[in-house]
Amino acid sequence: MNAFEIENLNLWYGEHHALHDICINIPANQVTALIGPSGCGKSTFLKVLNRMQDLVEGVRIEGKVMFGDQDIYAPKTDVDQLRTRVGMVFQKANPFPMSIYDNIAYGPRVHGIKKKDELDAIVEESLKGAALWDEVKDRLKRSALGLSGGQQQRLCIARALAVKPEVLLMDESTSALDPISTGQIEDLVGVLKRDYTVIMVTHNMQQAVRVSDYAAFFLLGDLVEFAKTDDLFNRPLDKRTADYVSGRFG
Amino acid sequence: MKKNLNPVEEFFHGIFLLCGLLSVAFVVGITAYLIISGAPAIAQIGFVEFMTGQLWNPNSDQYGILPFILTSVYGTLGAMVVGIPLGILTALYLSKFSGKRSSRLIRSAVELLAGIPSVVYGLVGMIVLVPAIQQIFNLSSGATLLAAIVVLSIMILPYIVNVSATALDAVPKEYEEGSLALGATETETYFKVSIHAARSGIATAIVQGVGRALGEAMAIIMVAGNVANMPGLFESVRFLTTAIVSEMSYASYGSLHRDALFSIGLVLFAFIVLVNIILNLIARREDK
Repeated sequence: MNAFEIENLNLWYGEHHALHDICINIPANQVTALIGPSGCGKSTFLKVLNRMQDLVEGVRIEGKVMFGDQDIYAPKTDVDQLRTRVGMVFQKANPFPMSIYDNIAYGPRVHGIKKKDELDAIVEESLKGAALWDEVKDRLKRSALGLSGGQQQRLCIARALAVKPEVLLMDESTSALDPISTGQIEDLVGVLKRDYTVIMVTHNMQQAVRVSDYAAFFLLGDLVEFAKTDDLFNRPLDKRTADYVSGRFG
Repeated sequence: MKKNLNPVEEFFHGIFLLCGLLSVAFVVGITAYLIISGAPAIAQIGFVEFMTGQLWNPNSDQYGILPFILTSVYGTLGAMVVGIPLGILTALYLSKFSGKRSSRLIRSAVELLAGIPSVVYGLVGMIVLVPAIQQIFNLSSGATLLAAIVVLSIMILPYIVNVSATALDAVPKEYEEGSLALGATETETYFKVSIHAARSGIATAIVQGVGRALGEAMAIIMVAGNVANMPGLFESVRFLTTAIVSEMSYASYGSLHRDALFSIGLVLFAFIVLVNIILNLIARREDK
């Protein structure tokens, strides 16, 4: 089963043609890594999937992006509902300046859940899902800004999980973290794929090898190659992929 | 900081220090002067009598300022009720929704509003607002507390809009993106995340607005009727500020009347300090 089926996706920032004719089927309940050198379009592509690109001024998108049986760029698409189903964790942890509890409860509250016991349950479940519960359960009312960088990023994962998405997009979500926090989040991704489709941008190739099932290699706005991670790294079909994964440029 | 400064440097450091101390000196000086000149009359009249007396009639030695206090409180509260929501919504529009050109246009209009002298507000209020209120509500005179509240609301608007908009501009985009990515609408995001993140700036804006409303005299003396009634929305009223302004010139030197006016100044000053402290406490507790 595929989470996303994308045909001939093109994206322009003003005059700049940033993504060229991308065709890719992203499998559900797997971890797909998007790799490539800086500026290759991998983050740009990721933000197409939950329409966060809409926030960029002067962006133009053509092509078909199917999420399940829904064309997410169809005029009547409910963007807020799409973003509820396709969650996102950003490069830099961005907890709201509120308590830990309120951060997690924010999404459910926005979607109309008001009862305290229901919210309590969601907060606990989400924090457990992000492997953060044991560290913060005694200080849920304290500000989220007092957490360490790694904890903040896991809090953001928990916050994304709290609205029960189907897909989790991760935009270089470990790039600002120390190795231990990175390891914790990588382990977490391994667990999350049981329930979620995870699509992660990373420029750390070891991380892609460690964590992902599938990998897509982007270069200068082209999708060069998409395959099982093992195949992409060990038996690349395209010479550019081979050069990149063997560290000859990037 | 280095210790071994050359004499010129040292001279300028002294100048800077002096400038800093000057403001402190003014505050201390004014406070001391107000207490010294305001306390005796309060002592003579009696604190409770002075603060809770409902009659102000210097000719028969009645010095109760409760009407002025309540008028100032109601007037300021009224201006807040109108001005704060309007100001914050305007700031949200400017910071988040408007295009660049309309934002620039409206922001300069708001700045201009801040620069209009208060006597001009008073004039326009007197010529336009007072007769309008008289007609709409069928009163014998439109010079009422309501007119003062409307004028004050407009006068505090630029303070609230400017400072709030600056605070909202400074909210990191990441917060808003995080909220949108959870499926919140733009409106939900701005109300629940942006305003929350900008709350200490907005609190500052409110403090400024309240300070301005409490301290304003010129504009409201022209539209509020200036009669020492207990306040009602459709009564002609006198504020703490306007009580001082309107009587200082004919209170004879050394009289209890004149001293009582200084006491009103002291009460006004105490109110403004109190408002500052309360709002700062609220802002600080929210920050934790």
